[in-house]
Amino acid sequence: MPVSTDIKGAKVWQLRNRNQTLIRWGSYLAAVAIFMWCWQRISEATTWFFVWDAPRIAADIGGRAWPPRWSYMDKLWGPLWDTFNMATLGTVMALFLAVPVAFLAARNTTPSTLFIRPVALFIIVATRSINSLIWALLLVAIVGPGVFAGLMAIALRSIGFCAKLLYEAIEEIDEKQVEAITATGASRWQVMTYAIVPQILPAFAGISVFRWDINIRESTVLGLVGAGGIGLQLQSSLNTLAWPQVTLILLVILFAVVVGEWVSAKVRGAII
Amino acid sequence: MTAVALDDRIGKAWKKPPLIANPALRWTLFIGALAYVVLAVASIDVNWSRVAEGLSRGWAFVTAFFTPDFVSRGGDIWAGILESVIITITSTVVGIGLSVPIGLGAARNIAPLPVYLVCRAIVSLSRALNEIIVAILLVAIFGFGPLAGFLTLSFATIGFMSKLLAEDIEEMSKAQAEAIRATGSSWLQWINYGVQPQVMPRLIGLSMYRLDINFRESAVLGLVGAGGIGATLNTAFDRYEYDTAAAILLIIIVTVMALEYLSGIIRAKVQ
Amino acid sequence: MLELKKLTKTYRTGDKALQDVTLTIPKGQVMALIGPSGAGKSTLIRCINRLVEPTSGSVILDGTDITALGTGGLRKMRRQMGMIFQEYALVERLTVMENVLSGRLGYVGFWRSFLRKYPQSDVDEAFRLLDRVGLMAMADKRADELSGGQRQRVGIARALIQNPRLLLVDEPTASLDPKTSRQIMRLICELCAERDLAAVINIHDVALAQMFVERIVGLKAGELAFDGKPTEMSEEVLTSIYGEEDWQATIRNVDDEEDAEADVAAS
Repeated sequence: MPVSTDIKGAKVWQLRNRNQTLIRWGSYLAAVAIFMWCWQRISEATTWFFVWDAPRIAADIGGRAWPPRWSYMDKLWGPLWDTFNMATLGTVMALFLAVPVAFLAARNTTPSTLFIRPVALFIIVATRSINSLIWALLLVAIVGPGVFAGLMAIALRSIGFCAKLLYEAIEEIDEKQVEAITATGASRWQVMTYAIVPQILPAFAGISVFRWDINIRESTVLGLVGAGGIGLQLQSSLNTLAWPQVTLILLVILFAVVVGEWVSAKVRGAII
Repeated sequence: MTAVALDDRIGKAWKKPPLIANPALRWTLFIGALAYVVLAVASIDVNWSRVAEGLSRGWAFVTAFFTPDFVSRGGDIWAGILESVIITITSTVVGIGLSVPIGLGAARNIAPLPVYLVCRAIVSLSRALNEIIVAILLVAIFGFGPLAGFLTLSFATIGFMSKLLAEDIEEMSKAQAEAIRATGSSWLQWINYGVQPQVMPRLIGLSMYRLDINFRESAVLGLVGAGGIGATLNTAFDRYEYDTAAAILLIIIVTVMALEYLSGIIRAKVQ
Repeated sequence: MLELKKLTKTYRTGDKALQDVTLTIPKGQVMALIGPSGAGKSTLIRCINRLVEPTSGSVILDGTDITALGTGGLRKMRRQMGMIFQEYALVERLTVMENVLSGRLGYVGFWRSFLRKYPQSDVDEAFRLLDRVGLMAMADKRADELSGGQRQRVGIARALIQNPRLLLVDEPTASLDPKTSRQIMRLICELCAERDLAAVINIHDVALAQMFVERIVGLKAGELAFDGKPTEMSEEVLTSIYGEEDWQATIRNVDDEEDAEADVAAS
């Protein structure tokens, strides 16, 4: 944009002027410095001997891990069923809790913008920022290890996610339809069921399936902290260094995730 | 239009047409779903006495949120958070750096078929593997410490960013790209002038979002020894130090909120 | 029947949408409200059923002051006033029948409406109205499958099933083609005559208004600027409402069309 004149009097075109250029290079420099410092900290905390040794170790583990121990499959059907239940029931539970939270958080349906909306938004951000593994860790400490803790962890983690997407959908509805139903003399709840719910139903269905897909992935590892499912088998196999079993479990998890994604994509395609 | 006589309808009950027209399918689905829920719920054995016992502990945890203890393990918390932040920054930068070429390669409209297939395979692999599982494997290979965490999140970032970037490039306006090509530009110039301006705003927005996700994920990597605040958190839970745990969780929540706010501002600016 | 007394609305932004509007509409009168965009036509209509809260003044329907009512009383009053909207405002994902029946929401309880168990008399009336507006065959179609004109007919049926005393009509023809516009306007006026309903119709098409209604009220910047018979509309009146423009064509057009229609009717 700026055009300056050089010593010989010819016009020189530059994209940015001097100050902009300086600021730009300054920020690049700062960014690189921060990155290098971070990298140095990682490097200090790393035993580089292990890293140089890594290819050998990887090859070693790889050699021991193949072929997978297929006979172990007999013991995986139960945990797989548990994993599936944690994801599905957890999603259902989360949806039941997320719907009221979303209605309280959406600007156009909340009863009070000043008090209730911030609380609802806090619930959303708090449940969303904490990973399901941490929820599982916490719940295992509270209700003891098992599928129940995993189910609750999945449900709690999903509330914020579903409620956020849902309240955004509620805020985007067509207000004219709400106005029309209000004008008939409908009560608050009738307006809700006739004007708002039909408009957000497709979004709701999409969100449910999307989250269910994510929950299948997450529930496969909850067992690592004792919350049931196939992760429990993974944990015990890792502890006993039974690598062929680990390979099998990883293959099963991969298969479950791919199937989950396929189902979710199919259902979402059918809805939209 | 088939004429429906008014007299035929008057006095007859009206019912909303069902969502699924075929009654056999409708009932099969309904009964199937019901049977599944019953079976699934029945297969969860809840030790209610253990739960009842735990409720007081749960309550202690809830109240701990109002009296978080940042001090007594202050050193550990600070070191853990710092390590999490370091892992987040490095893995986001490296991950995005790598996902740009892979994203270009995974876009069908600009990459030749062999490159496309290789890049798509990398993306699928990265997306299918859960972060924690990758972290476990990398810890086994590289030893404990933040390096494993850094590698894990970089790998996860590649899957996330490359896929979205590739989709974005596939949806870009052809006319603009063609106009640049028509000037006789080289391939790199073409990417720089024809493609980059179109996908840049979204790329920046997604990068901010990924930074947010990486921070959240870095909080759990410590559970499997891959560095970050997770290890401190795990110890706090093991020792039933709920006020310390609450303090860590509050820090995570506040950081995520701050990042979301920041990314909102940046996204509004670049668009 | 409907009386507006010194009705004033000032929005929070400071915009004065209505200033001291005083109007009386007798039973059975169809009145058109004309005026440029932003003159406060929409606000006026919404102040009558309090979709917009008036700042001051009162709205009196058959002796009841609507502005003084509480939530329950307001709901009872709203069901006496059917409203028809610009761009139809149907709930698009519900069926035509559900949309029509939603006009009865003020009369039935929550669970009845939630379970779609309306009284048989309501269902019969809904079918009668659908038959009247010519959409009998569409009853179980989803509202978003209909064309513009058909949707507005559903909107009319929804307003009429309320069994109202007054119709509030907000730009009924704004998104329709000229032919459909006339059909819709004719339908509304016929129905008002059949049921002896009063109506307030917001409309920006002056010619269309002249063609169908018995009284025209002009609104300019929130204040009354004209009140009279369609025949009293003149270039001066239009200029005073809308500002300077060549109005000759507008008015003459109307006369021609009315003649033409009369010819058709006569033959």
